[in-house]
Amino acid sequence: MTIRELADGLRAEILVEGDLTREAETGYVGDLLSWVMARLPEGAAWMTVMGNLNAVAVCSLKDGACIILTENAALDEDARRRAGMEDIPVLRVEDGAYRTALRVAALLGETA
Amino acid sequence: MSTLTLRYEVPGDDFTRAGEASSDVKRKLKQLGYNPEAIRKVAIAMYEGEINMVIHAGGGEATVDIDPKQVRIVLTDHGPGIPDVGKAMQEGWSTAPDNVRNLGFGAGMGLPNMKKYTDELRIDTKVGEGTTLYMTVFA
Ligand SMILES: Nc1ncnc2c1ncn2[C@@H]1O[C@H](COP(=O)(O)OP(=O)(O)OP(=O)(O)O)[C@@H](O)[C@H]1O
Ligand SMILES: [Mg+2]
Repeated sequence: MTIRELADGLRAEILVEGDLTREAETGYVGDLLSWVMARLPEGAAWMTVMGNLNAVAVCSLKDGACIILTENAALDEDARRRAGMEDIPVLRVEDGAYRTALRVAALLGETA
Repeated sequence: MSTLTLRYEVPGDDFTRAGEASSDVKRKLKQLGYNPEAIRKVAIAMYEGEINMVIHAGGGEATVDIDPKQVRIVLTDHGPGIPDVGKAMQEGWSTAPDNVRNLGFGAGMGLPNMKKYTDELRIDTKVGEGTTLYMTVFA
């Protein structure tokens, strides 16, 4: 499923368009940046509350498919610019990470 | 391709600029047509090292030597040094202050990531004088 389809399915706000045609392979949840740097799968939709420049850097370095900000977390202005430059879509949802992950899994047809 | 040497100042107080040196190295390696897996390893390891210099050492300098066989990264700072390198290398060990934890740092995974993504990692450190990290990634 593309990031655009994922965004539609989640009824997410699209804060940065980036490459919405990219496929989301799976999801990943985490807020500790170096932890995510160690574990984020390539092509994953990354759910986090970290909307800063360093989060965008981690997503780019690990080749994540998009960032999904949960619980309406803020996106810093410099992070928004950088995500645009790097072509990384940034979505935002009201739900917390748990509910968002359930919804992403359902949309991607993944089970535990 | 002969050896290309790149040098950077890493500012000590500015998180918004931390990561600039590793981004620039990534860009240059791409232009050189370097092996993508090696580029990824260099960029990740150098990013973690750069962030550590900003958070823990008040900034420093980075030197990167690129040749067809390998990329050598040397990160030097004049910060507080690391009293127990064995501990610092453990996953989860961190002395990061609260203000940077709020930004998502402090998992204690930076040095383990540098180890994982490099072929060689050596740390020279002296308490009160500073730290130098030598990292090599083979092409
Ligand atoms: N350049 C440095 N100067 C002084 N101390 C350092 C330096 N780099 C690392 N350390 C020490 O080693 C510890 C572990 O570093 P590491 O990068 O693994 O974790 P962290 O920076 O605390 O958190 P994370 O990288 O997960 O955000 C640090 O908390 C710090 O005490
Ligand atoms: Mg670190």
